[in-house]
Amino acid sequence: MKRIALAALIFLGLALPGLGFAKDIAIGFTASETGKLNTDFTLQLAGIELWRDQVNAAGGVKVGQNKSKVKLVYYDDQSESNRVQQLYTRLISADKADFLFSPYSSGLAATAAIISEQYGKVMVTTGAAEGKTYTLGNKYLFQTYTPANLYLASAMDAVKAKDPGAKIALIYENDGFAKAVAAGAKAYAQKLGLSVVIDEAYDSSTTDFSPILNKVVTSGATVLLGGGHFADGSTLARQLHEQNLHLKMISLLVAPDAPKFAELGNAAAGVTVPSQWEAEAGYKPDFGPTVQQFAKDFEKKVHQTPGYHAAGGYAAGLLLQHAIEQAGSLDTDKVAAALNKLDATIFYGHVKFATAPEQHGLQMGHSMVLAQWQKNATGQLVKQIVWPIAASTVPLQYPIGK
Amino acid sequence: MLGVVASVINGLLLGAVYGLAAIGLTLIFGVLKIINLTHGAMIALGMFALYFLVSATGVSPYLALPLVLAGGFVLGVAIYWLAVHRVIGRAELMSLLATFAVNMMVVGLGTAVWSTSPYNVQINVPGVSLGRYTISGTSIVAAVLAILFSLALYLFMYYTRPGKAIRAVASNREAAELMGIPSYRVLSIAFGLGIAIAGVAGALIATMYPFTILSGGGYELKSFVATVLGGLGNPAGALLGGLLLGLIQGAVSPFVAVSWTPVIEFSLFVIILIAFPMGLFRVGKGR
Repeated sequence: MKRIALAALIFLGLALPGLGFAKDIAIGFTASETGKLNTDFTLQLAGIELWRDQVNAAGGVKVGQNKSKVKLVYYDDQSESNRVQQLYTRLISADKADFLFSPYSSGLAATAAIISEQYGKVMVTTGAAEGKTYTLGNKYLFQTYTPANLYLASAMDAVKAKDPGAKIALIYENDGFAKAVAAGAKAYAQKLGLSVVIDEAYDSSTTDFSPILNKVVTSGATVLLGGGHFADGSTLARQLHEQNLHLKMISLLVAPDAPKFAELGNAAAGVTVPSQWEAEAGYKPDFGPTVQQFAKDFEKKVHQTPGYHAAGGYAAGLLLQHAIEQAGSLDTDKVAAALNKLDATIFYGHVKFATAPEQHGLQMGHSMVLAQWQKNATGQLVKQIVWPIAASTVPLQYPIGK
Repeated sequence: MLGVVASVINGLLLGAVYGLAAIGLTLIFGVLKIINLTHGAMIALGMFALYFLVSATGVSPYLALPLVLAGGFVLGVAIYWLAVHRVIGRAELMSLLATFAVNMMVVGLGTAVWSTSPYNVQINVPGVSLGRYTISGTSIVAAVLAILFSLALYLFMYYTRPGKAIRAVASNREAAELMGIPSYRVLSIAFGLGIAIAGVAGALIATMYPFTILSGGGYELKSFVATVLGGLGNPAGALLGGLLLGLIQGAVSPFVAVSWTPVIEFSLFVIILIAFPMGLFRVGKGR
């Protein structure tokens, strides 16, 4: 009897994979569920979870002849890099994650990349735009976002077209991402012949911006570009409004993309944000959902209009899924090779990764738009695409309020 | 030049609020002889109290301040009897750890309940123009109210029986007890008052800036600096210390990158401590 039971077990063990039962794909990452990056990260997680739910509802990711369900394994990193280092090691060693997503923000992603490369794990980054991490010879790192040095290019183009004599103030958070954005913006301004009259960083924990705003007034700036993440950016926007700086244009990073930014009321009106994606974008996807389908599904699940953080989260999952399906395997090198070959358009836009060793994994295909909070006919604040003109849904309000 | 004047005015206005927060800290130190590490968490709770009062009732944030004060007092008295009372008179580390534990509990609970996304109190006070510069209206009102609260505290301490009892206990607890003053009750009132003031300072900050449950930490640090500048245990000195801190911030920031301001601020702090170890405004009073 025992022999029959043993034989049955062995048979089942051999036969089950052939019958389409396969192990789950564990995807590990850390989540800024608390700490200063919480608001920025929350919608990114919602995007990742929507992708997971849809994939699993459809039976899972196709790996060769089988389908594997997706299991997300994540821990709160408290928006702190020391937690990221410990937790990515745990995700790989203890939780046996097959693949990784990055934590939110360039700084945390750079820390996670050290661990993912050390253990040879594919990590798709989202919410991490600083380009420097991709110039360090990493082999398994793939960036979803347009690199930071190009973030303010659309805003600069708009200023150049509307007001070539504008005086620009670059006021930004003192962190890797915002500094990389500012450095890229300064170089681009020089190329366009625009004048940067003040260039200054502020500490991430700043709440009182009056000293720096007084300097902006003294400099005679007419346009302010900068910010960093939600906490500092929303505070800066509020004080810009209270101190009535008479600026013709304000473009802040990240913060105005969150629907919560509209809670600032009149302080939000007219503020622009460089955006990786907007729901009005008209991309024709080669695979995955259409823009409208993604936006509709997201609103149904989360009861919020998706911004680019949400779209980036979903896109990271979709790109990894596509690469696994193309590779027909969970093998790291095969999946990395499939990502290297990828050159496609999805609901999030065009995606292509650099393959040259000196910038491997850097996002080369994706481009950004500029969105602006404007009041509609009923006085409600709505975020609209304003630049480039070809992609715009309404004209840019320049100067603000006109 | 006008930019420097505007910056100094901004610094002084913020300094008045730093001063009020520092009064809460120094009052507790002066009377109970403990360093209250719940101070930052209580500032943050004051911010949230104002936010929820305004959201729920729709009243002006400024009219909600007395409720924040009353709520802070009740909470402070409760914390005293639950966490502080038993460690009074024990080794300093005991009270330090007891208040630190309460701080961690409040921050942990606050993070779980309210997350760390910033909250905003909706308020609109027109600013005052100074040439091309604008002094924010909320800062002006916050500074005026901070000074009025400080004045009210002074009147309470010098012209009411409970205030005199607090001063008596702070001055000599044994002698106060011999005079029939119930010292533990007075200690709980003083602790409650210190927490109430921290809460009001937090509420005033919430009228100016967005906040999270973690926001109290930075203001706690400013309170410690203002307290030490003014002389530990000296409420009037704490207010002056806060104003001095704001003045330094305002006067320095136009001339250096803002990221250098804390470096200069704390360098001056160390120099002042070397020259005046008892604090600037406590000459001849300290031991």
